[in-house]
Amino acid sequence: MTLLLQGGKIVDPSQKLEKKADILIEKGRVAGIGKIRGKKSWNRLDVTGRVVAPGFIDMHVHLREPGREDKETVLTGSQAAAAAGFTGVMCMPNTDPVNDSAAVTRFIIERAREAGLVNVFPAGAITKGSRGEELAEIGEMFKAGAVAITDDGQPVENPQIMRRALEYARIFDIPVIDHCEERALAAGGCMNESGVSTRLGLRGMSRAAEELHVARDVMLSRITGGRAHIAHISTAESLDWVRQAKKQGAGVTCEVTPHHFILSDEDIKNYDTNFKMNPPLRTPADVKAMVRGLADGSIDCIATDHAPHTRLEKEVTFEEAAHGIIGMETAVPLAWEFLVRPQVISVPRLVELFSVNPNRILKLGRGTLQEGAMADVTVIHPDLEITVDVSKFKSKSRNCPFHGWTLHGAAVMTIVGGKVVYQRRG
Amino acid sequence: MALRGKHLLGIEELSVQEIELILNTSRGFKEVFTRPIKKVPTLRGKTVINLFYEPSTRTRSSFEIAAKRLSADAVNFTVSASSVVKGETLIDTGRNLQSMAPDIIVIRHSAAGAPHLLAQYCKDSCIVNAGDGMHEHPTQALLDAFTILDHKQNIEGLKVAIIGDITHSRVARSNVLLLRKMKAKVYACGPPTLIPLEFDAYGVTVTYQMREALEDADVVMMLRTQRERQKEVFYPSVKEYSILYGLDKEKMKWAKRDAIVMHPGPINRGVEIDPEMADGEYSVILEQVTNGVAVRMAVLYLLLGASEEAES
Repeated sequence: MTLLLQGGKIVDPSQKLEKKADILIEKGRVAGIGKIRGKKSWNRLDVTGRVVAPGFIDMHVHLREPGREDKETVLTGSQAAAAAGFTGVMCMPNTDPVNDSAAVTRFIIERAREAGLVNVFPAGAITKGSRGEELAEIGEMFKAGAVAITDDGQPVENPQIMRRALEYARIFDIPVIDHCEERALAAGGCMNESGVSTRLGLRGMSRAAEELHVARDVMLSRITGGRAHIAHISTAESLDWVRQAKKQGAGVTCEVTPHHFILSDEDIKNYDTNFKMNPPLRTPADVKAMVRGLADGSIDCIATDHAPHTRLEKEVTFEEAAHGIIGMETAVPLAWEFLVRPQVISVPRLVELFSVNPNRILKLGRGTLQEGAMADVTVIHPDLEITVDVSKFKSKSRNCPFHGWTLHGAAVMTIVGGKVVYQRRG
Repeated sequence: MALRGKHLLGIEELSVQEIELILNTSRGFKEVFTRPIKKVPTLRGKTVINLFYEPSTRTRSSFEIAAKRLSADAVNFTVSASSVVKGETLIDTGRNLQSMAPDIIVIRHSAAGAPHLLAQYCKDSCIVNAGDGMHEHPTQALLDAFTILDHKQNIEGLKVAIIGDITHSRVARSNVLLLRKMKAKVYACGPPTLIPLEFDAYGVTVTYQMREALEDADVVMMLRTQRERQKEVFYPSVKEYSILYGLDKEKMKWAKRDAIVMHPGPINRGVEIDPEMADGEYSVILEQVTNGVAVRMAVLYLLLGASEEAES
């Protein structure tokens, strides 16, 4: 089916393109961009006033399958991704069993194929069972389709293991993604350690817990030449380390979640567990630093750390509650509302954060709309006003702090491999 | 005049007027203790459930006696003998109890925010916080204030030294909030490892030196080292802790001659406080316990009875 998107504004940083044009998609690939007269046999879609960008990738998603299909499955996660404007997601290996083998990697990819919606790129575990003791069969997972390795959910406690992982990953040129947390300094806390945790009477996790491991990974990346990607960065000092590493040419990259550039620990009210996640919400100064990092290029991408949990795990006391919130279906509106509309970043920069950079880091070969490229496309309505309604989410879970928020800018169409997998009604 | 809002979850939400109302009302109820029949019919027919997830000597019996002296029916819920041991959640426990239409649920729990969770899911009952983790213990702060006023003219301008394991203490937090609302000069003292971040944001002076805290203090409030809440090691030994931060006769000389010594209990004799100080002339520790019943009668009355004053 030949698809013609007419009248949209194409924003493609890979071609330094930001102009109103039509885009033709044929046999699953981009056939051309320009003023194109439509043929009657084509599927012509009017995208006047919309932003047309290379497909967005959420490179930090927990799909929970295998093992916790009560929270989310590859299918429901794919549906949520498509509705959110993502053409691809990278899913984390802290499933049950852990994805530390070619078998589990293949299973996830097969489930994604059955769903037939978005691309699912699995990350494999660094160590067997993510227990932090022995390297998993990284080569086998890579052959099966893994695009990165991480023990996310857990930090890599042993620095020598992290060092060997960074070295070994060089065979395949894949990034080692680290959940930076020195558990001893996190001290069993359930929120950021600050005046707020003092007032709420909750055990705090020192910001130093994250910063220590970020600094460590920068040093290890330097000595090994490996690529360390810092997951869900959250403090100003962590970002300073990444900034410094980049200046020195080390292969360090990082991502930030929308909640970390919007919410602070001062937003935690009435012990609402929808404000509990790891890393925790930090101080307002850290939030400002994240926004600055998004604008000045220190942060490479926005990734949601979409972490579905059942009501059972969240409707309990704050200290008992599971860490994490869902994030895919609010990511684009939040980024648009808080970064693009106030002109903190430009639209091309947003496309870098959601598409170009994740593709570059994970070597997915997309993130561009040049002729011949795979037709993964995200179409955004920049002025669409939405009120977040979690009950309408495609995700199986509902743990979201943004319910009821009024936001502007949302994905209205998602195209994967030339096929429309999501189109907003009305 | 009724306490605005339905629950007593913490000192943080109380205004100075509300605090004064509770303290004045407590005075009236303390008088009941001097009668041969220590009972008033005010809350006859009302049900108060004590839902205590943590052990308690004073607070629980205090709430029970307070309820009974008001002629209410007091029910004690023993967690270890309940279906909580079968895994029943806090919300389910609360909802089930609420279905039996209690008027007040008094809850003590090891998790901060447990009363708030209960208040969210049990909208028909009045929730009273009897201590939630390290967060607040509002009736303790109220009875402490009441005790201070038995010995001092005003709280305003007094120097109050709160000494000990501040980090893990809900008593410290509630007291600091109340004393600052009443404009006392508060000193928080303990080893740095046991004073939480930004504690001075409460408007208190933080010091690691006992002498600075005790110098000319009007009120000395000692806190127990909360070993059951400490998940790691904060000081080298009990011996060293008690040498540096324990209250004894020598250190007490730094305080004012007419200073009072307080402690929420239970005391660890010889650790944070010498037996001589606990039992001596400065000590008002047992008065605190007596006042606790009066203050809790006032709280139960104001949350329930006062709103129906017009009817009786």
